[in-house]
Amino acid sequence: MTALLVDVFLVSMMVVIAILVLYTRRLFAAIVLTGAYSLISAAMFVNLDAVDVAFTEAAVGAGISTVLLLAAMARLPAEEKKGTSLIIAPLAVCLIAGVLLIVAVMALPPFGDPTSVVHQHVAPRYLIESDVKLHIPNVVTTVLASYRGFDTLGETIVVFAAGLGVFLLLSTGRRKKNDGKGDKDEK
Amino acid sequence: MEMIIAKWNYLVVVMLMMIGLFTVMSRQNLVKKLIGLTLFQTAVFLFYISLAKVDGGTAPIIVHNAVNQDVLYSNPLPHVLILTAIVVGVATTALGLALVLRINDAFGSIEEDQILAAKNSDYGRNDDNKGDKA
Repeated sequence: MTALLVDVFLVSMMVVIAILVLYTRRLFAAIVLTGAYSLISAAMFVNLDAVDVAFTEAAVGAGISTVLLLAAMARLPAEEKKGTSLIIAPLAVCLIAGVLLIVAVMALPPFGDPTSVVHQHVAPRYLIESDVKLHIPNVVTTVLASYRGFDTLGETIVVFAAGLGVFLLLSTGRRKKNDGKGDKDEK
Repeated sequence: MEMIIAKWNYLVVVMLMMIGLFTVMSRQNLVKKLIGLTLFQTAVFLFYISLAKVDGGTAPIIVHNAVNQDVLYSNPLPHVLILTAIVVGVATTALGLALVLRINDAFGSIEEDQILAAKNSDYGRNDDNKGDKA
């Protein structure tokens, strides 16, 4: 019950912040609010037993991406132009997609159901073997580095490619002062 | 009512996703679009983590105590997938921002309508070509 109340409180804060982000014209405010949104979602992850994800979201989602956005804002206009937003077509698309998603979500097993299909396939094996065979108590680490090590390698390649892309985009520009920026983004 | 409480997390996630999608589609400012993408992305993370939750379960870190051997753990697999997704999400945000910076250099604006107008005028075309050759 307490978990549900905490959940409702955090989620309502996230909805309010998302709406504020949508309506503010000052981009700095929007960026800082996005950082807050990420941090609250990290609190949600703790509430949902995903402590490793919460760590990463707080450090990477709320930290690094906010810093990147703020660094980029140093060279971009700080205000969004007035009266240019489209309303009707995007609203229609969002409403249709939202209704379809709600219909789909209603067919899912109830929230927190231990007999749900998701929990029956490989997860029990990971939970048992991690301790007995690999002697690593943190199962998320085991899956990340052992069972799905190639996924993590792929992730590293994606991050490297993105870093390379950022570097190339910013170092071939007209302005020579871009070079330093590229280095920073690559890390 | 029972139905809504049982699916509460999923319904809210759908709402957050749609706010993010609406931001991406309705705003002309490119930075605002990227922020909308971040909102959408975080909502998807919440959806996956909600699926992994087991009632009465705890974080998937094995505890050794003789008293209670049958501890219930949440599903670790979605956690791992989302760990990867968070890092990849930041990488894509960085790449998107680099593109926005280059667009701003080439067209002098980050508003979509102004960029399209500049692209159709002579100034924009010459500027763009110069950027490509350099």
